[in-house]
Amino acid sequence: MNTVRGKIVWVAGPAVKADGMMGAKMYETVYVGEERLIGEIIKLTGDVAFIQVYENTSGLRPGEPVESTGSPLSVSLGPGMLGSIYDGVQRPLDAIGRISTGFIKRGIKVDPLPRDKKWKFTPVVKKGEEVGPGDIIGEVPETPLVVSKIMVPPNAKRGKLTYVAPEGEYTIEDTVATLETKEGSTDLRLYHNWPVRRARPFSRRLDPEVPTITGQRVLDTFFPISKGGTACIPGAFGTGKTVTLHQLAKWSDTRVIFHVGCGERGNEESEVLTEFPHLKDPATGRPLMERTVLIANTSNMPVAAREASIYTGVTMAEYFRDMGYDVLLVADSTSRWAEALREISGRLEEMPAEEGYPSYLASRLAEFYERAGRVVTLGNPERIGSVTLVGAVSPPGGDFTEPVTTHTMRFIRTFWALDANLAYTRHYPAINWITSYSGYVETVRKWWAENVTVDWYEQRYQAYRLLQREADLLELVRLLGPEALPDEEKLIIDVARMIREGFLQQSAYDEVDAYCPPLKQYKLLRLFVMFHKLAEEALRKGVALKDIRSLPIISKLIRAKYEVPNDRLELLDELERAMVDTFEKLAYGEKVEVKA
Amino acid sequence: MSTGRSGVEYLSIQEIKGPLMVVGGVSGVGYDELVEVETVDGERRLGRVIEVSEGRAVVQVFEGTQGLGIAGTKARFLGRTMETPVSTEMLGRVFDGLGRPIDGLPDPIAEDVLDVNGEPINPEQREYPSDFIQTGISAIDGMNSLVRGQKLPIFSGAGLPHNMLAAQIARQATVPGKEEEFAVIFAAVGVQNDEARYFRRSLEESGAIKRSALFLNLADDPAIERIVTPRIALTLAEYLAFKQGYHVLVIITDITNYAEALREVSAAREEVPGRKGYPGYMYTDLASLYERAGRIKGLKGSLTQMPILSMPSDDITHPIPDLTGYITEGQIVLSRDLYRKGIYPPINVLMSLSRLMGPGIISQKKTRPDHGDVSNQLYAAYARAVQLRSLAEIVGKSGLSETDLKYLEFGDLFEQRFLRQGSNENRTLDQSLEIAWDILSSLPETELTKIKEEHIRKHYRKRTS
Ligand SMILES: Nc1ncnc2c1ncn2[C@@H]1O[C@H](COP(=O)(O)OP(=O)(O)OP(=O)(O)O)[C@@H](O)[C@H]1O
Ligand SMILES: [Mg+2]
Repeated sequence: MNTVRGKIVWVAGPAVKADGMMGAKMYETVYVGEERLIGEIIKLTGDVAFIQVYENTSGLRPGEPVESTGSPLSVSLGPGMLGSIYDGVQRPLDAIGRISTGFIKRGIKVDPLPRDKKWKFTPVVKKGEEVGPGDIIGEVPETPLVVSKIMVPPNAKRGKLTYVAPEGEYTIEDTVATLETKEGSTDLRLYHNWPVRRARPFSRRLDPEVPTITGQRVLDTFFPISKGGTACIPGAFGTGKTVTLHQLAKWSDTRVIFHVGCGERGNEESEVLTEFPHLKDPATGRPLMERTVLIANTSNMPVAAREASIYTGVTMAEYFRDMGYDVLLVADSTSRWAEALREISGRLEEMPAEEGYPSYLASRLAEFYERAGRVVTLGNPERIGSVTLVGAVSPPGGDFTEPVTTHTMRFIRTFWALDANLAYTRHYPAINWITSYSGYVETVRKWWAENVTVDWYEQRYQAYRLLQREADLLELVRLLGPEALPDEEKLIIDVARMIREGFLQQSAYDEVDAYCPPLKQYKLLRLFVMFHKLAEEALRKGVALKDIRSLPIISKLIRAKYEVPNDRLELLDELERAMVDTFEKLAYGEKVEVKA
Repeated sequence: MSTGRSGVEYLSIQEIKGPLMVVGGVSGVGYDELVEVETVDGERRLGRVIEVSEGRAVVQVFEGTQGLGIAGTKARFLGRTMETPVSTEMLGRVFDGLGRPIDGLPDPIAEDVLDVNGEPINPEQREYPSDFIQTGISAIDGMNSLVRGQKLPIFSGAGLPHNMLAAQIARQATVPGKEEEFAVIFAAVGVQNDEARYFRRSLEESGAIKRSALFLNLADDPAIERIVTPRIALTLAEYLAFKQGYHVLVIITDITNYAEALREVSAAREEVPGRKGYPGYMYTDLASLYERAGRIKGLKGSLTQMPILSMPSDDITHPIPDLTGYITEGQIVLSRDLYRKGIYPPINVLMSLSRLMGPGIISQKKTRPDHGDVSNQLYAAYARAVQLRSLAEIVGKSGLSETDLKYLEFGDLFEQRFLRQGSNENRTLDQSLEIAWDILSSLPETELTKIKEEHIRKHYRKRTS
């Protein structure tokens, strides 16, 4: 590979032009200036290269050298990623912190994966065996939660193993196998590099029929997302995008989690870093940090690296998918990524499309969300893995008709619409149940029936009907007042309010309620649907609405979500019996007291 | 970045346009480099390189280009980015918008000289803020707690008492149980003289002036200087917080004037504008100010920011409050309706938010155990009251149920007893929460579903009637 050497002719913010760059390629990584800042070529005209620079460009002068590296922007994939926090171009921020306390100085060079740490490698193949792209050659227990599978890189050729290292301790640079192909022999190590802008190949796609259980009632029950699915969560500032994504990262039943903080707040990263080591994975009881990778390019870090961070994250996520794991990646916020794209595009004086965004915004979004999927991976043994993608969208002024939201909606199947009015009244998560939707309800129905309960779909439908009817009735109430409605309709409004408070609302900060297991979700929902049936019947039998409204069991039902611990679900069955009892007595005109 | 080329001087001005000046024939000039501009009369101004190519540099002149001519103006490139001297001696002093003393006293002796743009705090090195600051204001302490190291802006409107509120917070803020070195940094950005004087007087009266530094860019000072003033103030604040261990509160008023200066530069550069003509990179630019708040692991001090902005036409979706809200950790929103009703502080609690309250205070049980539940219940009940109020205007009170009427009554109690307080009234958190329980007890116990039963048993005031 020939190194191309040019020189800077123009600097404006993160954008630099260099001439003498004939021979350089699109998306090639370059070193910019005497400090050798990292940049990437994003446009070529004649021998002039347009470069986005991943670090602060203050002080950069025309005339300084630019040098190509011959390779596209890539990440190193191997053991050592879990539990780490990286910037947008895979520099470990803790390593940077050890060199420069508190603040990020520019020009610091650090390795993405620890070079000298030794990992216990156990081969699963033998010398002389034939292997191909994606085949697993060995295992490294990376954390107690995740075994890292060492694979033949997807772009390698088929061939024979002429050497396989014995079980033992190796650094990522040590050769653990040698692959002999027609084109020569290559040493395989515990890691390989992969360009971030190219999706990693797989064998074939599967249907999205397994839900990602998030422990969030409004999501799992009403607007589910499947493993390998896509969702977006748009909302004005302060409506709950970050908290919801953090909840997903904490509680989702996927093996590996990527949290990409893309142009957001530093304290939100620090929150994850402070909290996750103390939180336990509901399935295994291990600290959550053992399955989590953070990519953090906060709003005050260089914008070009913000643009790259999404790709860095999704490429790493695909790597774990290829091992046969379910991976969830949450990106907060894709709007800041789009703005980074807009800023660089603006500096290059490209012709803008809507609201200054470049015309390729939609295709970039499509490319990103296409990297989600549940797939049969490449290689042997056969395995299934998935990448689930959830992106926050931050529309200016909370207006969902702006370009990033509208284009994103074309490429996702689950839409969690945050509603500022719900947030103002502290209805959290402020997900509007009328405007949100999920394209996976039908596909995950079978999973619920087989794994949780046969009538999930039916209960969900009943409850959702009540909420829809409430929405219609509230229109009338706004004109006529609540007292103008007949009792059955007043009852619907009452029960819908119980569902809002006792089911839809779920505090992320409550010790018990932060996570709600699927069976509890079902049992709670059933209580409210049943309450409606019983109360309706009571009304028909002539019981006064006023007497139903003053039943003390109502506040018990609403409080059940946090008063009933997640491992004492039989209490919900007792509550159900008490409720049936209450209504029976009510029908006979008895006064009822419910025990505390 | 000093390369020994400092002081290279050019007379080759090619173009002057708005706040920008194009210098030709330059060589070896760096992006972001500081420039000293000298007029024909020998007056000196500062500027910065915002775009550079071989032979041409675009310079943004902070004090404006008024009176500059193509002929005779000199541009001297200083070979470094903009820096400011900092020192603990700056406390008790008053400076102009570029950090030069204007109180008639000599220049403070610099303990260090720092780049005004600072460097991004490494998110991995941040300490998550969780020290509750008691401001003495019920609506803030009870429902939107402020935390050390937080950035919490006040969203206001023309004529609303945001200055009074910010000054009250600056006077009253304490961390219960801790006596530590604190400092107040006040940056006036394009505000009127009497607003700056009001702050100064308020700091003097409370004796806090000795621990304060004031940076004043007033309404009649150069507009482009406004881009620098907050950065100089924050550079001193970072020095005091992270080098000297102070707990620093930075008040910046008015961010709207800052954003307008940004827009002026962007327009002069003929950039593709974003919403309402503000530049597309305004989010990133504002973040480079606000994200300078925080705490750092292993260091003693903290930097808390309270920027004030006036929402043009009281519109919270206007790009300035909108982008601010997307960066800061919540917002305190002032309401014209409450102000007209004579309620001080006129805080619209429903639109206000402190994001650090949940994870920083409530989950970690830093204050009273009922604090979180009480706050949630106040929100839910007041939101319902406000909704019912507008319903009652249409259908009349007779169209409401008995419980609904109780909520209406609660709404009034909330505004008159909890929200409303004197501009010198300093309530402890306990006092605020007790008032909350007093008014919540006007609702039937069964309505308080956001509060755990244990807290209800302990605090709910049972009635005999
Ligand atoms: N499920 C929840 N439980 C409790 N509180 C919540 C929940 N969701 C949101 N909140 C509250 O809303 C606040 C704002 O949420 P969040 O920070 O997620 O907003 P956001 O949409 O990410 O805003 P921004 O776009 O400005 O980043 C939180 O600080 C918290 O107080
Ligand atoms: Mg957020």
